Amino acid sequence: MEEKKQLYTLLVYSENVAGILNQITAVFTRRQVNIESLNVSASSIPGVHKYTITAWSNEDQIQKIVRQIEKKIDVVKANYFTDEQLFIRESGLYKLATPMVLDNPEISRTIRRFGASIIEVNPTYTIVMKHGITEDIISLFRALDTFGCVLQYTRSGRIAVTRGMVEQVSEFLEQRESDEF
Amino acid sequence: MKDRITGSKALMRALQAEGVKTIFGYPGGAIMPVYDALFDYTRGEKKCFDHILVRHEQGAAHAAEGYARVSGEVGVALVTSGPGVTNTLTGIADAMMDSTPIVVIAGQVAISTLGTDAFQEVDLVGVAQPISKWSYQIRHAEDVAWAVSRAFYIARSGRPGPVVLDFPKNAQVEEIDWQPMKVNFVRSYVPYPKLDAEAVRQAAELINNAKKPLALVGQGVELGNAQSELVRFLEKAGIPAGRTMLGLSALPSNHPLNVGMLGMHGNYAVNLKEQECDVLIAIGMRFSDRVTGNLKTYAKQAKIIHLDIDRSEIDKNVKTDVAVVADCKESLPAITALINKNDHKAWRDSFRQLDEMERTKVIEPAIHPKEGPLLMGEVVNAVAEQSPDDTILVTDVGQNQLFATRYFKYHHKRSICTSGGLGTMGYGMPAAIGATFAAPNRTVCCFMGDGGFQMCIEELGTIMEQQAPVKMIVMNNHYLGNVRQWQDMFWLRRKSFTKMLNPNYELIAQGYGIPYAAVTDRKDLAAAVKKMLSTDGPFILECAILEDDNVLPMTPPGMDVDKMMLEV
Repeated sequence: MEEKKQLYTLLVYSENVAGILNQITAVFTRRQVNIESLNVSASSIPGVHKYTITAWSNEDQIQKIVRQIEKKIDVVKANYFTDEQLFIRESGLYKLATPMVLDNPEISRTIRRFGASIIEVNPTYTIVMKHGITEDIISLFRALDTFGCVLQYTRSGRIAVTRGMVEQVSEFLEQRESDEF
Repeated sequence: MKDRITGSKALMRALQAEGVKTIFGYPGGAIMPVYDALFDYTRGEKKCFDHILVRHEQGAAHAAEGYARVSGEVGVALVTSGPGVTNTLTGIADAMMDSTPIVVIAGQVAISTLGTDAFQEVDLVGVAQPISKWSYQIRHAEDVAWAVSRAFYIARSGRPGPVVLDFPKNAQVEEIDWQPMKVNFVRSYVPYPKLDAEAVRQAAELINNAKKPLALVGQGVELGNAQSELVRFLEKAGIPAGRTMLGLSALPSNHPLNVGMLGMHGNYAVNLKEQECDVLIAIGMRFSDRVTGNLKTYAKQAKIIHLDIDRSEIDKNVKTDVAVVADCKESLPAITALINKNDHKAWRDSFRQLDEMERTKVIEPAIHPKEGPLLMGEVVNAVAEQSPDDTILVTDVGQNQLFATRYFKYHHKRSICTSGGLGTMGYGMPAAIGATFAAPNRTVCCFMGDGGFQMCIEELGTIMEQQAPVKMIVMNNHYLGNVRQWQDMFWLRRKSFTKMLNPNYELIAQGYGIPYAAVTDRKDLAAAVKKMLSTDGPFILECAILEDDNVLPMTPPGMDVDKMMLEV
């Protein structure tokens, strides 16, 4: 019996050099683990990039993946978390047909009920945006889809910060700088 | 005054600064500026490198590996772009699996033509990344000093491995003001993790309470140059120690605490005792499937202590109770200081009966057969008996490797070159060439089968040109013997494409002007070995071997290690 899988979030910090993303994703590919979502951006530390990666796995496997990622020369730090340990956000964009939105007031009510915002309206289409956790964003899509008004829909990768006090990577880098001298 | 030089010349100076003495290489279009610079650095007053022209780039990579394994220094291969460097990929993957420090420097098309499918262009960094410790493209000449120093630092530090430098032609010809550079710190890379005192204390406590401790010694001990620290550790507590194939020369064969080789074709007693010990101490080894057999049953009764420099090896295959993540040069003495003197005599004596069974059923018939055709075991034994103590054993892959590693004797550290992880046929001959350059005063014996001998046979040209003193022992059974053995044991004796029609090796030896002798009769074996060892320079000794001899003992793949078979 395979151990039960759950969704893990990896936070990976690397130097800002070409080819790191390839090296990170190759660790998943080798084990044939699918990446559910991926977000790459600058971190709060100058010159350090942050990767937020989600994947379904079990603890044994995700620990091996994280250690093999951290082993890459230009990867500064890699850790894995479950949802309770993180503050998580994603964004959804919904492009709706304006005539249908105007015809059916229930659509606007749904948008308000979900706490989403309308960010652009023109005679052809209306753009709605929602921030939240995965389930909320998907729920809004499902609700809007029942009206048949959705022209396009996209959901961003997950971004996350830890609920702990300090960013571990800053401590690590401070330690490393004192090691050097 | 400014010191204007080309990127190619900068490469020469950077290699010189890293202490490089020997380069194994093969020129080609995209590396010509470097070869032009090399011309001046390999002759006359400015000479500082020996360049060994191989006959195929795969040979350059394996020669660099052999050089590194024996010398402990970084091996260097220099090749051209495209096919030149794709030919080295097998050696790079091999070096990654076996933690061998090499730097492969390859030409590349100019960066202005990258991505256009230019002649002999290949995305080297892309293809090398998953099989190298670090891959980097030196896009401009001013990066040469930094990139080369970083490459050598990464290749040799921590758990060593292969580094690939992709050197586009524009960077080879650009002129820069030379600025030397030394990299010995990379903030994102921790090659030597700090020893955790609490882990050391826990490890010592487990060892102090052990009734039946067993140590598993890997190549990490050689890479950490901790051979004497290992002996002090083992001797203080009287701990018997098995060695992995790559760790064979980390502990001398004749040391009283040595209980033989681990693994599928290792020694019988130590394989069974892995299932009986109460504390297993793995030192610089990675619990390869060829060592553990079935992981579900492997050493389940034992507490596991794992000493390794690479955190990603901890709990990868075998769950540990105590992990000591550090260089074993540091962790072994720390643990030794905390352990009690002991001799575990009864436990050690309990290996003897099993050793005796193996000796009677397997070893004696293999090394001292009375009749029939020659056997690989007796050939290895004959060479081992007559070779100097500091002889370097090089093997190819297959039955030749298993017999050679089982029956050779190891007296001196860094005495074995074999492709353990990747299992690369064709590794032997070029690795042996590398070994002769790393240790010109030591005898190098290279055991090969007729299959592996033909897989890099072109390197006979290198051996001829360099007069590299490789003693080549070709154990010819006209079969790809290891696969044939598995076909016989597990595939209903259906010998699918394992029988080989071989060329006349004597004529081949003549063609290359390499002294040759053949042995078909065991009464001639000792004299032929003597002739081989006493001949200056290279030698090919071809031995006509029994076609269907099997390597024993054997744990069938995926089986429990205590189900090891002494006979088929």
